[in-house]
Amino acid sequence: MPRLSPEELRERMARDLPGAVLEPTPLRVVPPPAHGPQPALFVTGDTVVAAGRLVEAALYLRDTLGYAFLSDIAVVDYLADGIFELVYRFYTIEGGDGLVLKVRVPRDVPEVPSLTPYWPGANLHEREAFDLFGIIFTGHPFLRRIYMWDEFEGWPMRKDFPKQGDKYIGADE
Amino acid sequence: MFKTEELQINIGPQHPSTHGVFRMLVTVDGETIIDLKPVFGYLHRNHEQIAEQNTYLQNMPYTDRLDYFNSMANNQAYAMAVEKLAGIEVPERAEYIRVLMVELTRILNHAGALGFLINDMGMWQTQLAFGMREREKILDLFEMASGARMMCNYFRFGGVVRDLPPEFMPKLKELLVAMPAFVDELERLLRENEILMQRAEGIGILPKELALAYSVTGPVLRGSGVPYDIRKAEPYSVYDRFDFDIPVGSVGDVYDRFLVRIEEMRQSKRIIEQIVEQLPDARGGHINPRARQNVRPPVGDAYARIESPKGELGFYLVSDGSPKPYRYKVRAPSFINLTPLGDMCRGYKVADVVVILGSIDIVMGEVDR
Repeated sequence: MPRLSPEELRERMARDLPGAVLEPTPLRVVPPPAHGPQPALFVTGDTVVAAGRLVEAALYLRDTLGYAFLSDIAVVDYLADGIFELVYRFYTIEGGDGLVLKVRVPRDVPEVPSLTPYWPGANLHEREAFDLFGIIFTGHPFLRRIYMWDEFEGWPMRKDFPKQGDKYIGADE
Repeated sequence: MFKTEELQINIGPQHPSTHGVFRMLVTVDGETIIDLKPVFGYLHRNHEQIAEQNTYLQNMPYTDRLDYFNSMANNQAYAMAVEKLAGIEVPERAEYIRVLMVELTRILNHAGALGFLINDMGMWQTQLAFGMREREKILDLFEMASGARMMCNYFRFGGVVRDLPPEFMPKLKELLVAMPAFVDELERLLRENEILMQRAEGIGILPKELALAYSVTGPVLRGSGVPYDIRKAEPYSVYDRFDFDIPVGSVGDVYDRFLVRIEEMRQSKRIIEQIVEQLPDARGGHINPRARQNVRPPVGDAYARIESPKGELGFYLVSDGSPKPYRYKVRAPSFINLTPLGDMCRGYKVADVVVILGSIDIVMGEVDR
């Protein structure tokens, strides 16, 4: 099984799954300052797929390309760009570099299809992302809070979560 | 006819076998487990959120607190991620010192993990004290090099904080001479031990395919017969220069995980012997003198992973160009290794849960983050 670079993956997926790969838009990450030098934009080198085609793309990686090992799911809250980015990391057990799929969802409707029915190992990753960021994984069998208690309100890892003075911690503590 | 009834019981959160504060919601039919759900979060402190308020260097000692058994391994993964993000080079000698420390950590972790596993089986303190005695010798070495026994905070971007003191190498060589006797003794005591065989053989079986689907890593995956070790699969640092083997199990039960850990201690000793040979010829100092510690990496992201004693430990960092990480994510091995716990325990007895959990080798500081 050949090991692919991100460019080769994009080419192959554009050929085999037309419409699944999106052109990554550059991210601002932080709001630009009113004056002074403007910070550089963040252009990712990885493959960005449409949220609706995620399962298809992941199964393509697993079944066609042999990247069967789902190692990590990370969420990044790009507040200034108004999106959540989910970073899925796949590896082959033969070794070598992994491949990354990135999925971008709007901050107000953070819904992504769940990979748990296909990779049981995604279970705790997705519950963690739900607990801390409020990402809704449709099709997840048991999407409940994992670290915070069930009655907790809010998503503590979001960038707009108050650092002080929420309803659990007083303003002066 | 006996009337049977399903019953839900809690094991933990305060239970000596859970190595921290960890609860298992177990559904039992008599003594047999029908379902098991891990419940955690009792030690949750939002490590990632706190780390995003700190500068990159301030997070170095904070990673020690993740898996407090293996602070050196956490340091290495974090340092590698920041170096990748900021483009910092590491001198050869520093890489050797890093690998030396992490391999010592592996021996220390497995000695402790096996000791606790045996302790959980009810063989009480003897074997645990054996493991702890060896661990103490390695902690003395860590103290010599870094000044602290457990929270070492020894790594810096571009190297390690200070070079090895002159009395380090003689002590290390002494340890290497004594090490095989300890590992052999531990194995001889336990390999054919009646209690261990009864409690470990054929218990908590995790088949190969399931282990892969569940994304488990480390000795749990290798115990199931998958020879996947990041040190070989995607060699980082200077691991491509050493000659060592990856032990694998065949069945995937508790006993296999136990044997894999014993053998990994021997392989780590082999690596350390090669380091002792090669270290005097390594180029460069203990740290890259041009590496800045108050880094401001360019906008971008980086992921670095290592084979920590418990499995794949990865750090995902996103920089916005400021001195603080915009996103800091830990891929904690013991957290993910807990995913198949329910499947591993189903069908066994309540008393086996303790042993199966011990064989996964978790640290709650890393699970709950």
